[in-house]
Amino acid sequence: MSAWVWFFQLIQGVMALLLAPLLMGWMAYCRARFQHRRPSSLWQPLRQWIKLFHKEVVLAELASPLFRVTPYALFGILALTAGLVPMVLTDLPLSGAVDVIALAGLLSLARVILALAAMDVGTAFGSLGARREMLVAFLAEPALLMVIFASASLNASTSLSKMAATTLDRGFYLYPSLAFSGVAFLLVLLAENGRIPVDNPETHLELTMIHEAMILEYSGRHLALIEWANALKMLVYFSLGMVLFFPFGLSRGGSGWEIALSFIGFIIKLLIFGVALAILETVSAKQRLFRVPEYLGGAFLLAVLAILLHDLLGT
Amino acid sequence: MWMSSCRLPGAQPVHYQRVTMEQWRTLAVTVQQQGGRLMSLWGQEHASGTFSIEAALVVQEGVYWLSAMLESLHYPAIDDIFPNANRMQRVTADLLGISAQGARDQRPWWQHGQWGCRWPLRKTPLEAEGEGERDYPFVTVAGPGVHEIPVGPVHAGIIEPGHFRFSVVGERILRLDTHLGYTHKGLEKLAAGMDPESLVRLGGRVSGDSTVAGSWATAQALEAVLGLSVVPRAEWLRALWLECERVINHLGDLGALCNDVGWSYGFAQLMTLKEATLRIYQEVGGHRYLRDIICLGGVVRDVSRDALALLRGHVLSLEREVRHSEERLRDHAGVQDRWLTTGRVSPSMAAYYGMSGLAGRASAQAWDWRVNFPSLAYQCADVQMATATQGDVAARVAVRFAELHESLRLIGHFVEQMPQGNWKTDWNGEGRAGIGMGWVEGWRGEMMAAVELDERGRIVRWHPEEVSMSQWPVLEQAVLGNIVPDFPLINKSFNLSYSGQDG
Repeated sequence: MSAWVWFFQLIQGVMALLLAPLLMGWMAYCRARFQHRRPSSLWQPLRQWIKLFHKEVVLAELASPLFRVTPYALFGILALTAGLVPMVLTDLPLSGAVDVIALAGLLSLARVILALAAMDVGTAFGSLGARREMLVAFLAEPALLMVIFASASLNASTSLSKMAATTLDRGFYLYPSLAFSGVAFLLVLLAENGRIPVDNPETHLELTMIHEAMILEYSGRHLALIEWANALKMLVYFSLGMVLFFPFGLSRGGSGWEIALSFIGFIIKLLIFGVALAILETVSAKQRLFRVPEYLGGAFLLAVLAILLHDLLGT
Repeated sequence: MWMSSCRLPGAQPVHYQRVTMEQWRTLAVTVQQQGGRLMSLWGQEHASGTFSIEAALVVQEGVYWLSAMLESLHYPAIDDIFPNANRMQRVTADLLGISAQGARDQRPWWQHGQWGCRWPLRKTPLEAEGEGERDYPFVTVAGPGVHEIPVGPVHAGIIEPGHFRFSVVGERILRLDTHLGYTHKGLEKLAAGMDPESLVRLGGRVSGDSTVAGSWATAQALEAVLGLSVVPRAEWLRALWLECERVINHLGDLGALCNDVGWSYGFAQLMTLKEATLRIYQEVGGHRYLRDIICLGGVVRDVSRDALALLRGHVLSLEREVRHSEERLRDHAGVQDRWLTTGRVSPSMAAYYGMSGLAGRASAQAWDWRVNFPSLAYQCADVQMATATQGDVAARVAVRFAELHESLRLIGHFVEQMPQGNWKTDWNGEGRAGIGMGWVEGWRGEMMAAVELDERGRIVRWHPEEVSMSQWPVLEQAVLGNIVPDFPLINKSFNLSYSGQDG
């Protein structure tokens, strides 16, 4: 039995690695359709990274080992987190080892490493991006933790597997606290993944960039790994949101059919999520940078409200 | 005071006046006190080997062209009277080696040390092989927490090259020092010895987005000297094309302004409209961006009745689409939040910098050559000038929309009222020595050209001036106190030409 479990763990890891670029491709596809542009193929992100893997890496003369190690460390951390969040099966050997707070910690670690690497070569844009990223991060992290606490107190656990299992056992109920923390989570997701209205991943204006400014100095396979890690981050956040708010469809093991159904359910949720995000990005404009504190402060407030509501109303 | 001035031939009110070195500054002060402004300043080397300094000053009655002979290689600076003279003086020093005495800023401007010679506009430039690129002495700001962000000349997007040096505290901009001149093409040197017909084409290459304006202004100056009269149909067609040029530039820039705030819906909408319009231009005018459509004596080709009807139909549908986009923009809180109060140029600052054109009108500077000194076609069209007082990005957007509507109306009007007949006066090739000046209101602002011909009709001196030269310094002021990520937005709302200012 345990061999099977580890096999599924491996399968989920590989699936996440492949699904991440496809998710990016799908979002780009939807955005293009909403803007009346001819969309590129779903495989475009993967193709681009394969091309980058074939290219030479150009390094700044003053780049320290930190700068060179960062892409691998980043990719490693995000690949690990992708193995921790239940996507198809509720119970995986690794997800028992690490709870959701540690997961948030891993995501922070990845960000700190990238910000340090961005400042490493000493270009103005790297530091600019790192500084802005930290501004966003130090406001987004508390909001994320509050969202997690709201769900954890509802499910009396911080283990993702147990949280998912408890919600599945309980069945579908509408909790006011979850509605608040759900909105907060969406706001944090947009900020943490550098999407509009906080950052614009498609911009060519170097002065307005956050995430892109940090990775301007990267090229070749380094750039490919960072972009891949970034796509994994989006997938991890999406899966995390699903576990916290809508785990229905997740399989608890059992028959192969059940697992296959759960996989199809996951894909459908992913497709819907991609469309929703593309709509949101098409109709809204990027905020002025100094509005971000208000925006993330709002997210934090909503999450705190969720916890208070939970305490007031009980379960 | 203007006793000795003589009215130059041509449709435009240009008064030419030779002045002494003493009068040079006094007259500048007088014009400034009367609310006039400096349009252009340039120098010239004469056959005798002496130099003169020339200036085009704009007052309510027209343009005064001052010309002062230099006794040495110096002349009194006027950048304390007209701040926009600063870079023109530096350019004159780079090209001719005559310098402005008492100027606050003596740094080279177009000369980056890469020309292999000095003073290229002199009859015998000074060879300076292997000079190599020099460091440009940027203005630095010192203090705790201040740091510099160098941007360009190579940018992340496909735009023209220019270097921007920001001094910032956190995200707030304390100072911006620009360094331009990377697209210097040596236009004025190229023009020397050219025939008038080629010069009109060269005029269309001062700035690619203002090719109609550039060639029309140059053609006007030449026609004034050569005594060529332009037939009504040519006047109407030229005005038609100028408005067409305004339409595509406003559509494109408004779309880009949406893109710069990450609003892809507005961007996609306006860019689609621009592309559709460009295709109509290709069909009607023979060129998407209307290049080389104006020639000496008229326009290159006539436009058939059917083609005009096609243009008219397109303009009508465009008007509806633009109104739709404008309403969407006005109702979008996120976009308005980015535009309002961003990059503000107060009316007093605009007056101090002698602003005109689109950005000037958004800061209550009511200069529009189509209204102040309308050419024949515009006289009959009763152009409405669009102005605003706020001077921020939103005001420039509002003026752009108002001008877009007005241009669409004008295109319809020109098509309906188009006189019949010939569309070109042929030049008989007979030269006539003399000087002339022409200008038009391009989409960004005034495009001016001064020209001197010899008796064979060859170009002795041609000096084009695009409004960007005067407005880049204003941009440096407009961004102060704003945050770094808002700079691209402010920059785009002006959308100044690099090529136009780099000569």
